[in-house]
Amino acid sequence: METTKNYRFGTVITEIVMVLIGLLFLIPFYFLFVNSVKTFGDLLTNSAAWPEVFQWGNYANAWEKISFPSALMNSLIVTIVSNLLLVLISSMAAYRMVRSNTRFNRILFGLFIAAMVIPFQSIMIPLVTVTSNLGLIDSLGGLIICYLGFGAPMSIFLFHGFVKSVPLEIEEAARVDGSSAYGVFFRIVFPLMKPMYVTVIILNTLWIWNDYLLPSLILQSSNLRTIPIATFALFGQYTKQWDLALPALVLGIMPIIIFFLLMQRYIIQGITAGSVKG
Amino acid sequence: MKHRKSSQLLQQLVFVGPSVVFFILIIVVPFLLGMMYSFTDWNGVSASINWVGLDNFVHIFANDPKFQNAFWFTVRFTVVGVILTNVIGFFLAYFLTKPLKTRNILRTIFFMPNVIGGLLLGFIWQFIFVKGFSAVGDVTGWSFFNLPWLGDEPTAFWGIVIVFVWQTAGYLMVIYISSLTNVSPDLLEAAEIDGASRGQVLRSIILPLIMPGVTICLFLAISWSFKMFDLNLSLTKGGPFGSTESVALNIYNEAFVNNRYGIGTAKAFIFFVIVAIITMVQVRLTKSKEVEA
Repeated sequence: METTKNYRFGTVITEIVMVLIGLLFLIPFYFLFVNSVKTFGDLLTNSAAWPEVFQWGNYANAWEKISFPSALMNSLIVTIVSNLLLVLISSMAAYRMVRSNTRFNRILFGLFIAAMVIPFQSIMIPLVTVTSNLGLIDSLGGLIICYLGFGAPMSIFLFHGFVKSVPLEIEEAARVDGSSAYGVFFRIVFPLMKPMYVTVIILNTLWIWNDYLLPSLILQSSNLRTIPIATFALFGQYTKQWDLALPALVLGIMPIIIFFLLMQRYIIQGITAGSVKG
Repeated sequence: MKHRKSSQLLQQLVFVGPSVVFFILIIVVPFLLGMMYSFTDWNGVSASINWVGLDNFVHIFANDPKFQNAFWFTVRFTVVGVILTNVIGFFLAYFLTKPLKTRNILRTIFFMPNVIGGLLLGFIWQFIFVKGFSAVGDVTGWSFFNLPWLGDEPTAFWGIVIVFVWQTAGYLMVIYISSLTNVSPDLLEAAEIDGASRGQVLRSIILPLIMPGVTICLFLAISWSFKMFDLNLSLTKGGPFGSTESVALNIYNEAFVNNRYGIGTAKAFIFFVIVAIITMVQVRLTKSKEVEA
């Protein structure tokens, strides 16, 4: 009896301490939201206080200055198209490399794995030359092609591990029924890989959506700006204009926060699965 | 037979081809070109590219104090950042695997900063450091909050560390939670019956059993902190006076601000070699410490 009571007391203390730490983690969000609806003078003189009047006009101003609809659209296009293509090409490549275990494919797989070590900064300088020679500069399509190259190694690695666990018998049965290799892949193997493409999509989405450096090197026109690029451009143009910058930041983080809150379960699963294999 | 062979070749092309093409164009070719450029005086614009041998590397090691600063900053940042995020991430996980009523919502809160990109986070925290901290300082009177955070060398370093920990601890927490829930409760109970203290259980049972998770978390934290760029760019831009410039940012500035592509690619190559060595050593070291349950 004594021990249960002690245990409960300990748990309550732990609970209180953890909630306090949780609040501490949330404080930056409090400052961000509260000050995003204050006048410039208000947020300078008293940034901790609750706003007296909500200046929603700040948001209208920021919405326009970063061309939010266009930035959101560009971010969505790049993230969604890159994801779909990456899942397709990397699951196909991984499948083939597992099922056709030739020397060539083993070396190729080794190269993909080795490339995962290369930091982006070690490629970016010549990448600018290569992409401009290929005509990939300043277009969303070109940016997507870059993501296919950078995303392929890890996506292939994750699918490779998964395909190895798919029993060959299922495929052989379909072969006997007269399906081609392509039919077997798209009708049988691809649907089986669902848990892994959730993982791959989650990891790639968090990366591509938030990426700043690659799009900043590839995109030039202001109408192609993604959310991070538009935010950076705003900060370059209006230094210390917090009544404009803070609402822009809130707008910028909103889509991914909503995505996270809706998809939380999958994101946590995806990260766990992805990291265990990575 | 011949038909079979050609259909195999076709399958290889259809299945593996697209990935290989993008991989070669976007990673392999630029990587090899970069190695080549690192021995030249290329400036990114001029058509004449001259072979300079090892000059770029000599220049970097002999008279580029900014790069050496950036290197030491990155090393210090990595050591502090990796230890703090892992310790905090582990203890968040440790307490959030206890039967707390609020544990699900707390897990959400601790993870949330991670879904926001480093660039936006850095801008958000710029405001917190400049206005938020001083507001808290006025209310509480604690001098800690009235320090010139981003404006002074030592505090700017810790400023980046704080944001980095806030951003990444939750991610590591998720991995530690999944490792901790895999530790069999029977084992912990047995240890408790044998009279082991909570500290002993943690040190001698839990820690060895979650070594695979530790490997992953160390690996991720080292990789994030050593390659930090976005956060660095938006929070301090390397300032004040270049004191918080990471290697990644230094390479970027060398190439795209100073337009010295030759030296930039040489630095990028050195950066690659260091990252590759760290990765191999680290994986080998921690793999050898793993035990089977």
